[in-house]
Amino acid sequence: MDIGRAKRGATERSNTEKWLWGGISCLALIAIPFVLEKGFSQYDLYLVIKILVFALFAMSFNLVLGYGGMMSFGHAAFFGVGAYCFSLLLVRASCPLVLAFLAAPFAAAIVGLIIGYFSVKIKGVFYFATITLSFAQLVYILAFKWRSFTFGDDGIQGIPVPAFISTDVSYIPYYFFALVITLICIYVLWKISKSPFGMMLMSLRENPERAAFIGIKVERYRLIAFVISAFFSGVAGVLYALLETSIAPEILYWSMSGDVILMGLLGGMTLFLGPALGAAIMVFLNSFITSYTEYWGLFLGTTLILIVLFFPKGLGGLAVEKYRTWVKGKKK
Amino acid sequence: MAVLEIKGLRKKFGGVMAVAGVDLEVQEGTIHSIIGPNGAGKSTLFNLISGYYPSDGGQVFFKGKDITGLSPQEIVKMGMGRSFQVTEIFPKLTVFANIHATILYHRGEGLRLFKNAGRLFREETEEILSMVGLIDKAAETSGTLAAGDRKRLEFGIVLATKPDLLLLDEPTCGMSPAETSETIDLIQEIAAEKALSVLFTEHKMDMVFCIASSITVLNFGTIIAAGKPEDIRANEKVQQIYFGEDQCSLK
Repeated sequence: MDIGRAKRGATERSNTEKWLWGGISCLALIAIPFVLEKGFSQYDLYLVIKILVFALFAMSFNLVLGYGGMMSFGHAAFFGVGAYCFSLLLVRASCPLVLAFLAAPFAAAIVGLIIGYFSVKIKGVFYFATITLSFAQLVYILAFKWRSFTFGDDGIQGIPVPAFISTDVSYIPYYFFALVITLICIYVLWKISKSPFGMMLMSLRENPERAAFIGIKVERYRLIAFVISAFFSGVAGVLYALLETSIAPEILYWSMSGDVILMGLLGGMTLFLGPALGAAIMVFLNSFITSYTEYWGLFLGTTLILIVLFFPKGLGGLAVEKYRTWVKGKKK
Repeated sequence: MAVLEIKGLRKKFGGVMAVAGVDLEVQEGTIHSIIGPNGAGKSTLFNLISGYYPSDGGQVFFKGKDITGLSPQEIVKMGMGRSFQVTEIFPKLTVFANIHATILYHRGEGLRLFKNAGRLFREETEEILSMVGLIDKAAETSGTLAAGDRKRLEFGIVLATKPDLLLLDEPTCGMSPAETSETIDLIQEIAAEKALSVLFTEHKMDMVFCIASSITVLNFGTIIAAGKPEDIRANEKVQQIYFGEDQCSLK
């Protein structure tokens, strides 16, 4: 029996379907800003870009949690370092945009290498979460207290955004800029998730002991995943800084690390696109609910308790499960 | 020639000497069994040999090289594969992916970030799945398999690392009599075909005497007998451990 061939046959049949869906998604992504600008407001377009930024952040994070099984509670550090490095290079050193944009993710990756170096040796979810949290809070304190360099709690205001992606008049140019960067990053993350390295990560998540006894150098693989994740979180941080044109130490605070975990839980960590869905839900709900009540936290908490209790695979996981049973039912 | 040679191996847990100075030789191409009652130190011995625990003394030689204190990864790379008493697989991955991941790593593809894993080493994976009789269950999630199938899958994972010496910790634990005899045949067949040496622990005595060419009996962390199956069967000390000296004392 050749399962490989049977499987390949099935993928060939669904290829036309794939192209169709791909085409529709592309058109939708291109149409979104124009529809929103005509029918809604610039604020809605701003929210969509924010979703892109956080979708990238959440998916980078998911390489560590969903694929690698490492409960990092310190990913705000990489997002924040990306944003801070980029902004400081522009404001303090008048560095060219391209250079700053390239340097920031590498800075985040280096911080990821340092934090990861000490963290990946730690066994146990709780201790891993604690050590990453501690490191991230250290970075936060640094940004908060080192006023002469980081502007402390004043944050960095008036980040010089070049004219071609300026958001002063319309968010449309920046939407396309952020979209292209995000899609490229997501494509790379997707390739990694399908690669032998991605499989190694999943086997580490499933059973580190077994993995060690087929020869996998557990710590090295974890560290590499951690650094890659930090790099793309840094890219998300840069996109955030450009979107907001100002940043504050709050983006390094532990609650930001918490938010990205919640996005994964909401959307579903077992799906590649799950965290992106979680990011979309979080950003929209946050803006929607905070316009009615200040008890956003209360609402978020309740939703999460319900999800963890009843839909542990997240809303994305739930949708996929329902879809699969529906397809099966149709076949019968 | 001995593929595995152990000299004076010791391990202490708190006040208990789990392995108290064990000497052992496994000859190349043979099937060697370690037996002994629960708590005799069999699994601890396996964990010391395979690098899972550091030993408190003694030496382990594999293919003539001193491997004492090496990491499990280094030992696997040298060609020693092991299974566990409580089966260790990747439960949420499919049966296929369990073997596939092992092969990918073992062929040095582990660090490839942008290659499509799905296109690599499919045939090799299917070959091992057929060998251990799981090809029809390739697409199933491995964690849902029955205990016997899980043991077989772990055996397949170990084979995928292309070992020269197999360390099998109770390879038929949890299997029905029919499955047990199938597995015995499988181990014998593969060992003969690939010229492997096998060291295994087992509780089922009939299985041990059926396939082992030499047997070592362990009790309280020390060797109390070693030799050919017929010698062990006749050994008085062994009979004492397994059947008790005074079988009528309860009357």
